[in-house]
Amino acid sequence: MSYIPHTDADREAMLKAIGVDSIEALFDAVPEKHRFPKLDLPDPMTEMEIAAEMETLSSFNVSANNYAIFLGAGSYHHYIPALVNHMLLRGEFYTAYTPYQPEVSQGTLQAIFEFQTMISRLTGMDAANASHYDGATALAEAVTVAMATHRDKRQKVIFSPTIHPHYREVARTYHQNRPVKFSGDRSGTATMVDLADMIDDNTAMIAVQYPNFFGQIEDYTEIIKAARAHGTLVCIVTDPVACALLKSPGELGADIVVGEGQGLGIPMSFGGPYLGFFAVKNEHVRRIAGRIVGETVDGDGRRAYVMTLRPREQDIRREKALSNICTNQGLMALAACIHMTAMGKQGMRSVAELCWHKAHYAAQEINKLKGFSVDMTRPFFKEFVVTCPRPVSEINDEMLYHFGIIGGYDLAKDFPTRENQMLLCVTEMNSKDEIDMLVAGLRAVAAGDLHDGDHHHHH
Amino acid sequence: MANWKTPEDLKYAKSDEWFRVEGDVVTIGISDYAQDQLSDIVYVEMPDVGSTLSAGGSIGVVESVKAASDVYTAVGGEVIEVNSQLEKEPELVNSDPFGKGWFIKLRVKDLSPLDGLMNAAAYVEFCSSR
Amino acid sequence: MENTTPQALEKTSYELSQPGRQGIRMPAPDVPLTDIPADLCRADLDFPEMGELDVVRHFIKLSGFNYSIDKGFYPLGSCTMKYNPKINEDVARLPGFAHVHPLQSQGTTQGALALMYRLQEWLCEISGFDAVSIQPAAGAHGEFAGILMIRKYHIDRGDLKRTKILVPDSAHGTNPATTSMAGLQAIELPSDKDGDVDLDVLRKACEQHKDELAGMMITVPSTLGVFEEHIVEIVKIVHEAGGLMYMDGANMNALLGVAKPGELGFDVMHYNLHKTFSTPHGGGGPGSGPVVCNEKLAPFRPGPVVEIVEEAQDEDDAPLYGWVMPDKSIGRLKAFHGNFGMHVRAYAYISAYGSDLPKVTHYAVLNANYIRARLKGTYLMPFDRMCGHELVVNGHWPEKAPGVHALDISKRLMDYNFHPPTNYFPLIVPEALLIEPTETESKEMLDSFVEAMLKIAEEAQTNPDLLHEAPHITPVKRVDEVKAAKDLVLCCRPAEIESAEPVAK
Repeated sequence: MSYIPHTDADREAMLKAIGVDSIEALFDAVPEKHRFPKLDLPDPMTEMEIAAEMETLSSFNVSANNYAIFLGAGSYHHYIPALVNHMLLRGEFYTAYTPYQPEVSQGTLQAIFEFQTMISRLTGMDAANASHYDGATALAEAVTVAMATHRDKRQKVIFSPTIHPHYREVARTYHQNRPVKFSGDRSGTATMVDLADMIDDNTAMIAVQYPNFFGQIEDYTEIIKAARAHGTLVCIVTDPVACALLKSPGELGADIVVGEGQGLGIPMSFGGPYLGFFAVKNEHVRRIAGRIVGETVDGDGRRAYVMTLRPREQDIRREKALSNICTNQGLMALAACIHMTAMGKQGMRSVAELCWHKAHYAAQEINKLKGFSVDMTRPFFKEFVVTCPRPVSEINDEMLYHFGIIGGYDLAKDFPTRENQMLLCVTEMNSKDEIDMLVAGLRAVAAGDLHDGDHHHHH
Repeated sequence: MANWKTPEDLKYAKSDEWFRVEGDVVTIGISDYAQDQLSDIVYVEMPDVGSTLSAGGSIGVVESVKAASDVYTAVGGEVIEVNSQLEKEPELVNSDPFGKGWFIKLRVKDLSPLDGLMNAAAYVEFCSSR
Repeated sequence: MENTTPQALEKTSYELSQPGRQGIRMPAPDVPLTDIPADLCRADLDFPEMGELDVVRHFIKLSGFNYSIDKGFYPLGSCTMKYNPKINEDVARLPGFAHVHPLQSQGTTQGALALMYRLQEWLCEISGFDAVSIQPAAGAHGEFAGILMIRKYHIDRGDLKRTKILVPDSAHGTNPATTSMAGLQAIELPSDKDGDVDLDVLRKACEQHKDELAGMMITVPSTLGVFEEHIVEIVKIVHEAGGLMYMDGANMNALLGVAKPGELGFDVMHYNLHKTFSTPHGGGGPGSGPVVCNEKLAPFRPGPVVEIVEEAQDEDDAPLYGWVMPDKSIGRLKAFHGNFGMHVRAYAYISAYGSDLPKVTHYAVLNANYIRARLKGTYLMPFDRMCGHELVVNGHWPEKAPGVHALDISKRLMDYNFHPPTNYFPLIVPEALLIEPTETESKEMLDSFVEAMLKIAEEAQTNPDLLHEAPHITPVKRVDEVKAAKDLVLCCRPAEIESAEPVAK
């Protein structure tokens, strides 16, 4: 029976202690008509069989393990030091519950405290919480914080059209029954100056992405100025990997910084579990949803950590809580904490610089290709937009088949005006050889001189 | 029986606020009973000076480590002062709920809603019955 | 140097840092460099600088301060702290799962899609529902999805006034919080003396809010660990008033193969894969909170969801799986497809039991009732009847030991090397201790826990201070939560300030 240790003798002794003669008798309170329904599930499997089946299933996927990947758009293939996984696999970490009992949870609590510190330093904010589900839900919760800050007296929230389309969608899902009016991103063409002009006294928050969904670094001067003038909160969605190199969102003038922390030691894992982070200036600390760890002392005056600001949370505040979040992405925050500590000040900077140099090399080489052009109108970090001579989905199919390359994101999926545009991502994981192969592949695909026989055998 | 302080010159609400009337100014705080129930108070959220509150509306929130409670006003009016001392020393609500632990002062046009509140004796009775 | 920092179990990474020390090294660039404009760059990054071995020792040391399932018994009520099988960790880390990008094309992800599809099918079968979305990232997230679906269902029918949700006073805090978050109003229903829903109160509430009733949220078995005897009647009353029934599936470990919520008449519920299906709690997540529902609500599910987009040609052939957005979906709830790594683990777990899955519930309930039988007579039981997978006892003896409270018992249990049960929940039971042993604990373990509980009950009378001062053997003593909330130190202090700290005595 897999993970159940009881012997027949155990069971009989226990039933006797309870005073019933069968296990079935424990369920008398369940209406008889509905009791013990048939369960149509496959035969049980042993560990050995499970391992084999999972191996087979996983082999049906193309993975970045044996293909060159240039796909980003919110999920990134970054290097994860070996020690991260070794530490995560400590049962003391991953089989523990939320640290409600500080006496037996100082390990998790101190790690989260260190995570909060590093996220605060990266983003240029005063404080961060212990995580949200992902970057998109963190943005959705930022809207809630902004509404509460203005005591629900302001209805307008402005989104830059260059925020990840899925993030904007998730924020709208969250607030569909609430009196929030989202604007700014519908036409898809609003510039930063246009957005600044939209800010008025009814605007609770404006959100931008840095670097934006298309990889570019935009100028937020006008937005920040207008937001200050109207008491509007500025939320910057950011990539923490970029923050190790670029000016922090705090330095740019953000009040709230959110984003996806997957790039900090967490595998792409087909979309999750990821790590939403949420950092704020001091004045907003008491409105952050989710768990926060604070420093204190124990009965002997020793330094200790504890979950604090608890009364805001759903289990105490109930219908008045601003969010229902409880279980978050604790282990992912730990992964990021270990990753950032292991990389350290220099490693973090090196990764960001490698992304910059490799992405720029790739962009320059692709821009030289006949039929392709790269949008270089603004500075960019590790992603850039390429206009292609053919539909992106066709190019990607051929790149995969002939070159073993997972190509970029097809922007036509979310932006009808961006037909034939591909969002490419280059990280420290892409060697010069891979980039050169990408360039050669694009050249060949554009020329249409590939034959079905030239099948790539993945390495 | 309870041994909470309940000054005679105040009016009390069932949601445990007290109200002191001086001319058209009403000072509001929470009762000794309320601070005792909440235990160590760690934070008090206040309205902005100059804002207008309506009768029955929320003033803000008072937080201890185990609970957070909304604080209401029985009368409407303009906030003319908030006790900014509580920002640094929220424990004043515990140590001196009717003195240094006051929350806000309202300029009130219509005092009549206070007529429906309890006097000290009725409030003692009310607390003891809980 | 030791004297300049407060006395601590372990220094923070910032305190362990030495300027110039390097951790993981990155390769030199293999491409021509491109100038990075200085005006885009930050000046400095205040991050730790540690050697690799020191990083490893730091986290190993921290891990030692934690209690965990792998260390011992964790009877935390409502949390289902069962064994997290090791094979599940291994398979979730297979490169063909771990290094797949969520935006890869359908054709390159058939293994992952097949796994998700089968998991969806199993979750429907186990719960008796017709449709599912496995996108929600945690129970509360699934709950949020369910309530948004209920609201959208009413709106879709032009029934715009239905904005009220009934919530029993014994409910998890997430229920009322979810209701507010979804823009609806929670109406609390007082329980009867047995902790059940009071049918008369329910009928009255349904009558009073008839035109505005969106639905009701209820946990089965209840948060008190008992099967609500009138559950079918409750469902009927709410349906007759035009409301839909939401089941909080937090306690599904008591229902596997015992009852199907869909057959009991519920319209929608969420699972917690990190409770019922053994995916690890991770010290606070990640979880996974699939939402399952009947045909009525299926079009409103969050998405996209996995469906068969092309049937298999013949028996040996596999069908083609792909992403489909339900046609009236409440929308997307996560940037990508949900916590896939948790789906892999839950899939492996359900595979292990397969058709034996009901045994999980049988033994979880057997274990809980065994503890109940053995504590009875020593501990006061607010509801003296057969329990489900968990039981509530009073952590207080008004006559025998008036000074001892549930919290003291909890803290004293740590001295016996047990994790405490859940304290002060459900809220309707004063001094509650909610004990959930799960099926993976042996009789010997339950016996030693019971012995400790009985010993503590004795100590409560003979030496109550032992309990008040507990725990004695943990890495730290009881901590000052008031100081934490008042002083609000949320980050490691910068090194300069650190060294100016007063010497701790």
